[in-house]
Amino acid sequence: MSLRILVGCKRVIDYAVKIRVKPDKSGVITEGVKHSMNPFDEIAIEEAVRMKEKKIAKEIVAFSCGPTQCQETLRTALAMGADRGIHVEVSGPEYETLQPLHISKMLAKLAKDEQIDLIIVGKQAIDDDCNQTAQMTAALLGWPQATSASKIEAKDGSLQVVREIDGGLETIKVKLPSVVSADLRLNEPRYATLPNIMKAKKKPIKKLAPKDLGIDVSPRIQVVTVEEPPVRQAGAKVENVDAVVEKLKALGHA
Amino acid sequence: MAHFVKSIVGPSSLHRCFMLTSRRFASKSSQSSAGFSFEPNAEQLEIQLLARKFAREEILPVAAQYDKTGEFPWDIIKKAHGLGLINHHIPQEFGGSEIGSLESVLIFEEFGYGCCGIATPMDVNNLGQIPVVVAGNKEQKKKYLGRMAEEPLVCSYAVTEPGGGSDVASLKTKAEKKGDHYVLNGQKMWITNAGHANWYFVLARTNLDPKAPPHKSLTGFIVDRDTPGVIPGRKEINMGQRASDTRGVTFEDVLVPKENVLIGEGAGFKIAMGAFDRTRPTVASTSVGLAQRALDEATKYAMERYTFGVPIAKHQLIMNMLAEMAINVEVVRLACIRAAWESDQGRRNTYYASIAKAMAADVANKCATDAVQIFGGNGYNTDTNSAFDYCQRAFDPFLKSFLVISGFCFLSSCLNENFQNTAKKVSFTVLSIFKK
Repeated sequence: MSLRILVGCKRVIDYAVKIRVKPDKSGVITEGVKHSMNPFDEIAIEEAVRMKEKKIAKEIVAFSCGPTQCQETLRTALAMGADRGIHVEVSGPEYETLQPLHISKMLAKLAKDEQIDLIIVGKQAIDDDCNQTAQMTAALLGWPQATSASKIEAKDGSLQVVREIDGGLETIKVKLPSVVSADLRLNEPRYATLPNIMKAKKKPIKKLAPKDLGIDVSPRIQVVTVEEPPVRQAGAKVENVDAVVEKLKALGHA
Repeated sequence: MAHFVKSIVGPSSLHRCFMLTSRRFASKSSQSSAGFSFEPNAEQLEIQLLARKFAREEILPVAAQYDKTGEFPWDIIKKAHGLGLINHHIPQEFGGSEIGSLESVLIFEEFGYGCCGIATPMDVNNLGQIPVVVAGNKEQKKKYLGRMAEEPLVCSYAVTEPGGGSDVASLKTKAEKKGDHYVLNGQKMWITNAGHANWYFVLARTNLDPKAPPHKSLTGFIVDRDTPGVIPGRKEINMGQRASDTRGVTFEDVLVPKENVLIGEGAGFKIAMGAFDRTRPTVASTSVGLAQRALDEATKYAMERYTFGVPIAKHQLIMNMLAEMAINVEVVRLACIRAAWESDQGRRNTYYASIAKAMAADVANKCATDAVQIFGGNGYNTDTNSAFDYCQRAFDPFLKSFLVISGFCFLSSCLNENFQNTAKKVSFTVLSIFKK
């Protein structure tokens, strides 16, 4: 098998950063805040690189959509082992209202243009927690999907995927081409080696605009307000269990 | 003294060697046409993040354990080797990373943050390799640098002797030419990595004429560890950086093939001093990493520890200490970057590197001491991180005194002959102050 894999890499606020809401409640502060690749997408890239090392894949294309800084995210993907990058530039207010549906349309179009055999994305992004992109992309392409993958095995034109579901582990077989979304336990992403970081500089990143792919990124939603979670209220002590139940009833919780 | 001056700035083959190798780095990381920039470029940032991730996830968790046992950190070195994080200066054609001084400085600050005792073996590896990188011929580079790129090995830089470290010109180890070999006899001391090195860079005296100037009587050799007569001593138990391996080495009638001479007889002093120019910034930045770590740990503790109803970070004295630590760390970091940048531009960076190193040692010292103060009783105990820091920085003052001397040597050598004696008097006076 020699698959061409497309991997989605989203640039998100780093998981270790303390998130702050903008004073005008229109969103979260992103200016000057440390960003990095979505951890689930790192797992997706790692899986693609491992498939290339096992000679199951022949080329890995990394994709990112967003402002210019997404090129840094793509460089990380290239340093980990991707062969080339595609950056669809969207910035400013359009970027604030970008939704998984827009990304899915881009992935679907690129899959057709670049003759992709397998799309791997992270199962969700740590900023919006949508968990929609893989599913919608598969539907737009009419491809089978295997989401929340914790193990992938390639066998003669199809993939055997173990999925982590609420009830436990589910093993399914999907024919290629297909869309897979990576879950946490799929693998442990590697460090990029220093020589690979330097080689990544020479790998090409193609820059596109959404209209080049024929996709309309005008907003479908309007953000009304963004607020911090409510501050935790003080509790109250009561004498016995009956008093607890009464209090709960009075507050409307029982 | 006049010919000393001429030989430094004249078109000696060694000078050309330095310029050539530095120019390669300059084209990689120079931003001279754009003017000042305090930001790393995209590649430098990636390298820094890689080093940071490695240091925090691989070095930091095991540092205390290595310090306790004094075990040589082979595990870390092997992992770092696999990622290309050591062998910074080996050219790519021999399998090395061939990154500039600036990238090296960024990497070692991160390593120093994890543990200085583990960073030092890796830094000294670079130090030992640099003489071969700048002064070796193709065969020597292929043989001795190639093998270090292929597998995780360490090397040593054997110049210091029991009789003198700062006073390199007075070293006593002898190398006598006998046919196709040199016979090496003498003793070296305080050699890092000595117990585990695959080969040593050794500076020895080939011209025994007492009137011969130092820069003509010393020669640089590459000595294989397994040559009969090479006898490393016992591992010295130092106050800090205990994972690092420091020993004396005795050379008893060691036969070194003439092919292992770097450049030629008499070229050794310049090679040795030039090597320090290139690696001094990273010694400084390792200390910066230590200082930053002390600052971070102390800040964290100060926000969590409550006395008199508030976190101690709200008490003015503590605030002042933390603020001073932060001020010093920021400034010395810039000094290290400037020193490294000068080197990458192909210029001698002795002045800036001396500044960076002297300040870094002081800053690391003070930050570690202040951190222990802030930790209070918890700081004196050997279980928590801060006591660990306290011991580590004990190493730095020794590096400092060597450095200041080389800085003044350079300055005095640049002055007109008429001022030579005045300069010597001044420099020796200042030296005596520093050597207290």
